[in-house]
Amino acid sequence: MISVGTSLPEKIIYLDRAMLKAYADASGDQNPIHQNEEFATSVGLPNVIAHGMLTMALVGKYVTDWSGGTEGIKEFGARFIKPVIVPAGEKVDLTINGTVAEVTGDQIKIDLVATSAGIKVLGMAKAVVIKK
Amino acid sequence: MLAPDSVGRTFAGADSITISQSEIDAFAAVIGEANTDIAPPTFTIRISLDQFQNILTKPEIGLDWSRLVHGDQKFEIFSPVKAGDSLSCSATIESYRVAAGNEIVSVRSDLHRGAELVISSWSTLVVRA
Repeated sequence: MISVGTSLPEKIIYLDRAMLKAYADASGDQNPIHQNEEFATSVGLPNVIAHGMLTMALVGKYVTDWSGGTEGIKEFGARFIKPVIVPAGEKVDLTINGTVAEVTGDQIKIDLVATSAGIKVLGMAKAVVIKK
Repeated sequence: MLAPDSVGRTFAGADSITISQSEIDAFAAVIGEANTDIAPPTFTIRISLDQFQNILTKPEIGLDWSRLVHGDQKFEIFSPVKAGDSLSCSATIESYRVAAGNEIVSVRSDLHRGAELVISSWSTLVVRA
């Protein structure tokens, strides 16, 4: 039974530089801050960072896995508050949790929390789904 | 600095972008989505950001894309996107403000399949001081 307060199972995804390159190619976003460490640090970043939209795409997958398919997602939004930092040769976590915030007819609103290395990377992350 | 008279205006973008199966496959593969019959929910960002760049960096509008960061993003999905869809694009500059030297632009993308609105999305784009 799904009701307000129901928790979605936690999921941990590991990101690495190869995933950032694959996302750059798939999305067309070739900004060097997501691939080139020298460039990233030259603009004041601690290291290469993941595309905010990659983080969001992975959280979207978490939501649609729970709802039973991509067609069930109606609204999805998030604020990019901190970067996911991806050093060379490392795998960094993206840890995702969700809680049912509202149930209106067949529409379920989910509050989402995404962290990396213990730091919250998305703010106001929410999705509205119709669960299969 | 964004031209003040551009705020509130809607700009026509590409009138026909055809979605290919290989584009959906590549995007789905990155996030581990096995179902490629329909595009993942954030897939159309590749179209919207490209359209925003084309429109907002026109000399008469004047946004500096090189110092841009993505502040937030929201999608409303009315109908899933599939391979073979031909989408027309428009962008509306909903608001603009300057805070601590940063320019903050809120822009909406509407993607239509014929007369049907498929996806609206909202992006807050920040040009760093």
